[in-house]
Amino acid sequence: MVLVRLLQEYLRRYARQIAILVVLLVAQTVGNLYLPNLNADIINKGVVVGNLHYILRTGEWMLVLTLLIALCAVVAIYWASRVAMGAGADIREAVFTRVQGFSARDMNTFGTASLITRNTNDIQQIQLFLQMALTMMVIAPIMCFGGIVMALHEGAQLSTLLLVAVPVMGVFIGVVMVKVVPQFRSMQTKIDRINEVLREQITGVRVIRAFVRNEFEAERFAAANSDLTETALSVNRVFALMLPMMMAILNLSSVAVIWFGGRLVSEGSMPIGNLTAFLTYILQILLSVMMAVMVAILLPRAAASAERVMEVLDTTPVISDVPSPVAPSELSGQVRFEDVSFEYPGSERAIVEGLTFTLEPGATSAIIGGTGSGKTTLLNLIPRFFDATEGHVFVNNVDVRDQAREVLWSSLGIVPQAAYLFNGTVASNLRFGRADATDEELWRALEIAQASDFVLAMPGGLDARIDQGGTNVSGGQRQRLSIARSLVKQPSVYLFDDCFSALDAATDARLRAALKTGTGNSSVVIVAQRVSTIMHADQIIVLDNGGIVGMGTHAELLTRCDPYREIVVSQLGEDAAR
Amino acid sequence: MSMGMGPMRGAGVPVQKSKDLRGTTRRLFGRLGPERYKLGLALFLGVASVVLMVSGPQILGNATNVLFDGIVGKQLPAGVSKAQAIQLLRLHGHDQLASMISGMNVVPGVGVDIAGMGRVLGLAALVYIGGAAFNYLQGFTMAGLTQRVMFQMRRDVESKMSRLPLRYFDSHPHGDVLSRVTNDIDNLTTTIQQGLSQLITSILTIVGVMGMMFWISPLLALVSVITIPLALVVTMLIAKRSQSHFASQWKRTGTLNGLVEETHTGHELVQVFGRSDATVAEFSRQNKALYLASFKAQFLSGIIQPSMQFISNINYVTIAVLGGYRVASGLLSLGAVTAFIQYSRQFTMPITQIASQMNMLQSGVASAERVFEFLDASEEEPDVELPASIIVPDGGAGSVKLENVHFRYEPNEPLIEDFSLVVAPGETVAIVGPTGAGKTTIVNLLVRFYEIDSGRILLDGVDYRDLTRDQVRSAFGMVLQDTWMFSGSIRDNIRYGRPDATDDEVVAAAEAAHVDSFVRTLPDGYATILDEDASNLSSGQKQLLTIARAFLADQSILILDEATSNVDTRTEVLIQEAMSRLREGRTSFVIAHRLSTIRNADTIIVMDLGRIVEQGGHEELMRSKGAYYSLYNSQFTGATV
Repeated sequence: MVLVRLLQEYLRRYARQIAILVVLLVAQTVGNLYLPNLNADIINKGVVVGNLHYILRTGEWMLVLTLLIALCAVVAIYWASRVAMGAGADIREAVFTRVQGFSARDMNTFGTASLITRNTNDIQQIQLFLQMALTMMVIAPIMCFGGIVMALHEGAQLSTLLLVAVPVMGVFIGVVMVKVVPQFRSMQTKIDRINEVLREQITGVRVIRAFVRNEFEAERFAAANSDLTETALSVNRVFALMLPMMMAILNLSSVAVIWFGGRLVSEGSMPIGNLTAFLTYILQILLSVMMAVMVAILLPRAAASAERVMEVLDTTPVISDVPSPVAPSELSGQVRFEDVSFEYPGSERAIVEGLTFTLEPGATSAIIGGTGSGKTTLLNLIPRFFDATEGHVFVNNVDVRDQAREVLWSSLGIVPQAAYLFNGTVASNLRFGRADATDEELWRALEIAQASDFVLAMPGGLDARIDQGGTNVSGGQRQRLSIARSLVKQPSVYLFDDCFSALDAATDARLRAALKTGTGNSSVVIVAQRVSTIMHADQIIVLDNGGIVGMGTHAELLTRCDPYREIVVSQLGEDAAR
Repeated sequence: MSMGMGPMRGAGVPVQKSKDLRGTTRRLFGRLGPERYKLGLALFLGVASVVLMVSGPQILGNATNVLFDGIVGKQLPAGVSKAQAIQLLRLHGHDQLASMISGMNVVPGVGVDIAGMGRVLGLAALVYIGGAAFNYLQGFTMAGLTQRVMFQMRRDVESKMSRLPLRYFDSHPHGDVLSRVTNDIDNLTTTIQQGLSQLITSILTIVGVMGMMFWISPLLALVSVITIPLALVVTMLIAKRSQSHFASQWKRTGTLNGLVEETHTGHELVQVFGRSDATVAEFSRQNKALYLASFKAQFLSGIIQPSMQFISNINYVTIAVLGGYRVASGLLSLGAVTAFIQYSRQFTMPITQIASQMNMLQSGVASAERVFEFLDASEEEPDVELPASIIVPDGGAGSVKLENVHFRYEPNEPLIEDFSLVVAPGETVAIVGPTGAGKTTIVNLLVRFYEIDSGRILLDGVDYRDLTRDQVRSAFGMVLQDTWMFSGSIRDNIRYGRPDATDDEVVAAAEAAHVDSFVRTLPDGYATILDEDASNLSSGQKQLLTIARAFLADQSILILDEATSNVDTRTEVLIQEAMSRLREGRTSFVIAHRLSTIRNADTIIVMDLGRIVEQGGHEELMRSKGAYYSLYNSQFTGATV
């Protein structure tokens, strides 16, 4: 089982603590089992024969034992918490570090959302299970086993009762669980359904009202609501059986003990004090069965989580550095594609095919084309987010596959399609790629990115807070900050992936005018949807279906590249294409 | 998993404090009002169950007594009376034994009364079974009661939502509203379902057990009772301290999860900007902090149980010793001691549970408060009682007239002042302006999402205020940038504006919107189920579907948002064509991004910083060389990169 493998690996460094823990738990459980035995002695040797002195002495001994048990328990809990939380933290860190080394492909196979869940909730599940397991899983078997031994000791014949009580208890709990667990699961999906409908009513409030569909939504909700209520009702009614039944089994066992035990006592084959002790033992045995079941409930969930976590830990990134990487001799910023193709393994069609072009330092190149034409894929090949399946990509005259990725990345400035900012301040975000940039440099970048005005207006300016993802600034502001961030880094190659879309035309134009001075001798690649954004580029590459259908300046392409002309006409009108 | 783990669950939940505990609790009980008979029944069943369960050990004790009597009696010579036997014992110097027997129901020479014991045990079995049955019935009743109350509550929340003004949704973060109507309701359900009935049982059990203990032996009971406050104080103390560690554990989990989320989401940025090492170091630091907080929380909450056991064990020892003394002195029967031991065992569990149940209840009340706040939010003004009917004048429907309209979102921030506009049927109004200029404000007023402060808006000659909101909205078709779809089939989504449309009409609308051929490439065609946020469609495809939806709804006035960011050029051409076809013969308000639309519009409204700065035709505005002039030109010029 994967859970076992995972725990083996991450509990190894806690072997000593676990050993101490087990010893303590054994001591605690044995102590707890011995107490009723002493009580039996008080009755048999003290009460029945009227020996007050014996009662008192045994009482003192019981008190000492109680104290020792408590001490053992507290220290055991201490170590259990240390180990469970420590191992959880270790696994969490291992997963996080592992993901840091993932390539874009690995990220895609898992999906960002899934990786987040694996790194957070799944590990919490395992941690929770571990905390329970480290105490209950140790105690339950000892208590059960010890209880049986002691019960046999107190009255061997009476112990046959256990053969009835324990299986009845186990079967009953098992049956309820088998019945209830799937229902609980279906209840959860119904809760999700209700929440989904409500979420839709909130996010779609404008559409719902505009189309006057309140009643329809109300009906949809009412259906989900009744459905949930029905399931919840039946689950809870079955579940209401659980506790009373268990109590009944426990109590009826006690009744049976006294009935059968009483006969033994009256025949003289068992001292009466043992009967009282036996009652306690049978209680403890049944309690340990309950405990085991509780852990067992958590087990499938923890096992599923462990599998998901292990999948991450077992993944070797598909892209890694070569053993002896080559460092480029000069950071000119030149990017060269030589007959580059890329396709996903097992896919029928290449995403891009036979791309050959050169992006010169100091020049601006633009890539335009429809969705699925391969623009973003082309960009992703430059930082090695993906590796070309055929051909070569050169950055600074060295094949990207021969460079150390850290070195390669240090010469690239990326502005992704979806601008993403990190929790912190404006300044901490801008310094993301170059921690030692001065405030002047930050302001200069902001000015070029047309962002200085609104940053000045933000409370605190450079020190203004930015929420995770940059959700507290508008989409356009986010894009501009993201552009400024790459400018601060001063890379030799800029990759702008359709990152002007949220800007209005005027700002877009001003920004591009300023950008020219900001990027200097670096090479600049712009992917865009809007013709107006790219029509003044030094070189425009028109992509269609993964291949290059045109390359040249705006004027050149207008005359000889039909797909380009089509785009221009559709966006700017017939006049602009003339 | 939420199953039956009430006591455990309570400890880990971050305690939210309610602002008005008493008021909210009273109101919550008010909601239980219609169920008061059932609640009374549940309470009665609970009491009955506890009474039976609690008397069980006492009866078992009696059985032990019968047994003990028999054993002792057998050892005494037959034929003598009890008094003679005691005298005989004293003579032989067995004073201790003699005084014990004096308190017993012994017949010298007679062994165990098996039949008598059987009768007592039979009674015990019946009592236990009865107790369990009542307990089950109580749970059964509570389940029905809770679910009915929560069903009602969810229904109220949902219907409240349809009565709230749009202002509410715009001014409250969606996440907050959502969490009130989902998480808080869920939390409340669990609280009432588990917390309430368990708390009742716990309290009843404590009272019942205490009663029995005093009845059996006031002295031993007194000793046990001393341990109650001790147990309570210890639990409370530990719980309080562990609670603060739990809070810090939750907080740190939150920040760490935030870091994980942000790092994984911005994975490529972190790599390319060379921040991997720094991020791992930061994670490591936060992870350590979380480890410490969670370790402390787990440890502290973990020692509650052994502490309780310690107290319980002390109690046990005391009873064993004291009880042994008193039995030996004939002041108490052995059965009473056995029963007492069982009671003292039953005692500590409910006390430990009460602490966590109180926590759970507290967080439930806090949730209830948030839900009540939502239910109390001020609602839209009701529609007019006798709405006018719209009589379409000759020349077609779809005329809109705004007269001296004033509107502000905030009372002291002027937005739309004295705005007038006449739109004849079939005309096009273009609304232009930079991002964030407030173009949606006009939309909000036209479809009456917001009410104007003064002036009036007329739809086909009728004042909005003489119409119901639904009447107004029924005249408008909308294609917004926010391409909202509900989770359902594509067919039902297209049909959203006209539920009675036939399948053929749906297909015709899809064809008109150029989305038919795409839909047919899907494995399930029109029956394809869109998941939440319609994430299985591209944004362009979604936009085409909303156009199809507007086509089918076939209303006389249209509101179109032309923005097509993240849509590839081909799809954009399709969208553009579909939109202009949709506009044919309809009055339209277009949030315009395309030159063709702007130039051909009958009226252009130029907005900036939330306000209308210019209004007029294309030529007119170009001549005046104002905001529109520069906006228009920036689309061609300035592109030097």
